[in-house]
Amino acid sequence: MAFDVFLQHLTNGISLGSLYALVAIGYTMVYGILRLINFAHGDIFMMATYFTFYSIVIFGVPWYAAFLAVIIVTGALGMILEASAYRPLRDAPRISIMISAIGASFLLENLAIVVFGGRPKAFPALDFFTEVIRLGTVSIQRLTFIIPVMTLVLLYVLLYLINNTKSGMAMRAVSKDFETSRLMGIDVNRTISVTFCIGSMLAAVGGIMWGMKFPQIQPLMGVMPGVKCFIAAVIGGIGNIHGAVLGGFILGLVEILLIAFLPDLTGYRDAFAFILLIIVLLFRPTGIMGEKIAEKV
Amino acid sequence: MNNNTQKQSPVIRLDWIKERNPKLTIISILLLCIFLYIADNRFDAYQVRVLNLCAIYTVLGLSMNLINGFTGLFSLGHAGFMAIGAYTCALFTMPVTVKDQNFFLEPINEVLRTIVLPYPIALLVGGIFAALMAFLIGAPVLRLKGDYLGIATLGFAEIIRIVITNLQTITNGALGLKSIPAKTNLWWSFGIAAFTTAFLVWLINSSYGRAFKAIREDEIAAEAMGINLFKHKVLSFVIGAFFAGVGGGLLGNLLGAINPLLFRFTLTFNILLIIVLGGMGSITGTIISAFIVTIGQEALRFLDQPFSLGFIQVPGISGLRMVVFSALLMLVVLFFRKGLMGTNEFSWDSFIGFFKNIGKRPGKPLSKGGTES
Repeated sequence: MAFDVFLQHLTNGISLGSLYALVAIGYTMVYGILRLINFAHGDIFMMATYFTFYSIVIFGVPWYAAFLAVIIVTGALGMILEASAYRPLRDAPRISIMISAIGASFLLENLAIVVFGGRPKAFPALDFFTEVIRLGTVSIQRLTFIIPVMTLVLLYVLLYLINNTKSGMAMRAVSKDFETSRLMGIDVNRTISVTFCIGSMLAAVGGIMWGMKFPQIQPLMGVMPGVKCFIAAVIGGIGNIHGAVLGGFILGLVEILLIAFLPDLTGYRDAFAFILLIIVLLFRPTGIMGEKIAEKV
Repeated sequence: MNNNTQKQSPVIRLDWIKERNPKLTIISILLLCIFLYIADNRFDAYQVRVLNLCAIYTVLGLSMNLINGFTGLFSLGHAGFMAIGAYTCALFTMPVTVKDQNFFLEPINEVLRTIVLPYPIALLVGGIFAALMAFLIGAPVLRLKGDYLGIATLGFAEIIRIVITNLQTITNGALGLKSIPAKTNLWWSFGIAAFTTAFLVWLINSSYGRAFKAIREDEIAAEAMGINLFKHKVLSFVIGAFFAGVGGGLLGNLLGAINPLLFRFTLTFNILLIIVLGGMGSITGTIISAFIVTIGQEALRFLDQPFSLGFIQVPGISGLRMVVFSALLMLVVLFFRKGLMGTNEFSWDSFIGFFKNIGKRPGKPLSKGGTES
């Protein structure tokens, strides 16, 4: 394989990996605090692309304003989801919360089918992002550069928020010990709400970028990326933000490069993530950067 | 002394039939048979199909409840096992000509083409293949716990589905199989549902069943009591997968057409929902909720057609049914956390006691001396 073709695949893999990373952060944050696989996260991601589509195509909002609005609305959607589907079950058995999460995911998907229609729609192409840059023999969309840079910027903003602000401190406390942080006067419900809001906003950014990279949107588009991003979070060590980003990059790169080198396996594309997941889990049951869970009697 | 001689006497004692509970059981089984006979002859095709689905979902729900509810293994791999059962059973029951019609893109594997088995044997083989796959998967995966196990089994189910999509000469790939012989009838589906129920009741009350429950309650304590964790987990997983495979085979030959998209995570979720609604760890709860969920999904079908709400005419919106269904489900999960039955089972004593007590309004009766927890 020629070097420039390899470079092309590499940039592709990195940008796909950063998309996975953005969405995986949302999974990992929620899991870190609630010990809940937020199955509806992929559907929030789907909702964000539809919101963008409608605000740009139907309402004609300029893209930068639309992006901002979509990110805020999606954050609010995440908070509403948490308040309606998860908060009432705060001290229910885990399986009930899980079922509620899956139910919420189905509700969002079916609502999207009814409200937005089941037929795929074409995401608007924005010249600023889709412009092709030529580097020697490699031609790359500007988007391919923007995505990883933005992921890293957002990651550092998020890490700053978590390490240096009061809400961030509350989040860390709640994820360490629910009851004690409540005793210490932390408003647990508010903290969880903020977590969902941040996670959903990141999913919105991921969704917008996904829509531009793969410009066909449909109501079930969130399912596969959702599952893959969750896998990325698990591979990296769930509950660990660095781990989620690492997992996302690993997953994106492996997926793109394997297909590039072994084109015969294209049909098995979606299976790679699961195979990788199972391999990682078997050798490091808590993921690459996860903490060892001590068994308590 | 007297007791001892009774046990050893070779004469088959029929005294138990005179008691109330066995009598009621036999009567209700007879009633069910009569009902099935009438249904088989009088009901239209749609109603028969829904009844078949109810029985199949009972089989599937029970098999998943064995893994998730009784052994406490959070497994989400059911759709994969069902896919194996459904494909195996369908391929082995299809006559050669139908197989040739189906595989027009690429010819079917020559060995597979010639094998045609009778339906019950094909079902059995489907179940065995699913169980074999569960055995292979279980060995590595069952070392994981909790959510990790759930995700890994979900992953395996998805891998099975993707492999089926890509094995063009064996499964016909994404095109799926069509005109599968409609061998599933009420007698088969209800018969297998009854067999599954009886087998699981027997299993749950055997020493294996007690070991399963011990593992569910506390793995470390169970291990300390000398229960071989791994062996029992694999056993439960394999038996559950076997019945999932049989249920999948029934489903495939009922629907008449299957494709890989049928066996997505949605299907596993439907079954998970049945066992959560019925109560994790309750056999009767699963049976009741399998019927409620299946019939409920059909009953909501009117939402997809135009209907009038008294003063406003609602145009038919396809998909509205699933919105309402998922919203209802969420409400049920939010407000009835333990499901219909919790971990309790139906018994004639409590059933009759319930009717006797309706007038008296007693406090909470505690069956079997258990406590509310």
